[in-house]
Amino acid sequence: MNLLSVATSSDSGNGFHAPSIDEFYPEVIAFAGTPFALNRIMLIRLIVVAVLLVTFWLVSNAFSKSIKTKNFVPSKFQLLGEIALNFVRTNIAHDQLGKKDGDRFLPLLTAIFFIVVGMNITGIVPGFNIAGTSLIGLPIVLAVAAYLTFIYAGLKKHGLKFFTNALFPAGVPLPFYLLVTPIEFLSTFILRPVTLALRLTMNMIAGHLLLVLCFSATSFFLFEAQGFFKAFGAGTFLFGFVFTLFEMLVAFLQAYVFTLLTTVYIQLSLADEH
Amino acid sequence: MITRILAATETPNPLLPAIPDLFWSSVVFVILLTFFWIKVLPGFKKTLDERTEAIEGRLAAAERAQAEVAEKTAEIEKAQENSRSEAAAIREQARAEGVAILAELKEQANQEAARIAATAKAQIEAERQAAIVSLRAEVGTLAIDLASQVVAASLKNDKVATGVVDQFLADLESSEKAGKGK
Repeated sequence: MNLLSVATSSDSGNGFHAPSIDEFYPEVIAFAGTPFALNRIMLIRLIVVAVLLVTFWLVSNAFSKSIKTKNFVPSKFQLLGEIALNFVRTNIAHDQLGKKDGDRFLPLLTAIFFIVVGMNITGIVPGFNIAGTSLIGLPIVLAVAAYLTFIYAGLKKHGLKFFTNALFPAGVPLPFYLLVTPIEFLSTFILRPVTLALRLTMNMIAGHLLLVLCFSATSFFLFEAQGFFKAFGAGTFLFGFVFTLFEMLVAFLQAYVFTLLTTVYIQLSLADEH
Repeated sequence: MITRILAATETPNPLLPAIPDLFWSSVVFVILLTFFWIKVLPGFKKTLDERTEAIEGRLAAAERAQAEVAEKTAEIEKAQENSRSEAAAIREQARAEGVAILAELKEQANQEAARIAATAKAQIEAERQAAIVSLRAEVGTLAIDLASQVVAASLKNDKVATGVVDQFLADLESSEKAGKGK
């Protein structure tokens, strides 16, 4: 990055703009200096919230209508909503937690899944071009929610024995607890939420930087490079296109991973033996 | 230059969240969590439950209808069977009655015939009796006639007298034979 920034500054003015971490800190648009400062990314998040609200409001209306009219053949739109909701319900919650506990924690899991999908996908939506999850605040909030939930699930099921079960796994010779207990503490109560948040953020940051790199290189080669070098633009554009498709997959995959891990953590807390 | 250096030193750490970032993230999370929890998922669950119920209900109704139809078919078949056997019974009875009537008629006819025969016999007997009576009466007068003739002839010839008697007896016998032969 140092090398690139040297190149940029030496070019002075026009030339190749390498992406930097500053991409993720755009200008503040409103409420500057207050805790409610809005910048582009916050606005994108709010737009995503609005889109999710409207979409699922319509789905939900379709549900109430079908309940009221006793017509249980879903429309195409309702079916799409059902498939999406059922993905979290069946493939994630019920598979890991069973029907009863799966339904208990379904609201959190559904919210996490659709927030992450929605925020991730803005990374490749033209005009937005940055993922709402590429700023670590949102992944931290979601990870904290997951963290609190799996601790709550454990406490509710096992009481304070949850902590002793987690920290002092059965069947270990006594002296080894000196070693095992700190490791368990670290992995369960510190690394789980940290890795949840970091995995998501870093994936989105990396994806965004990659796309910016590909497309700004394309722009540079096509409009500023001389002669033969213009041909490189086609190559970098192709890369950009492929990575856009890849980001589509990553957007979905990271949401799936985040939700699935949250579910697995809850399942581990509910399990009778650790 | 100075601003650029300042900006460079102020390059934010992507691992540390800014307060507005956390604030807006929490807003996003709370809104959507509440929305899914209160609005979307209950309706979703209810829709799925009611759909399952409706499908099961319809299946049960279809089964019921099928059972009803089967029952009705069995009933109709049973009724048909009943009427068939009833008809057969009626036919059988009619045939038996016919036979009985025929036998009765025959019996009556026989009786009538016997009666007619008996009457005829009685009549014949009566006529015969009447004939015998009248014959006897005739025989009386004939005897008297004969006697008178014998008396008259004996006056002339004994031979003739015996011849007359013989002749008379032979006539009588032949006439009686002829009467019996009738």
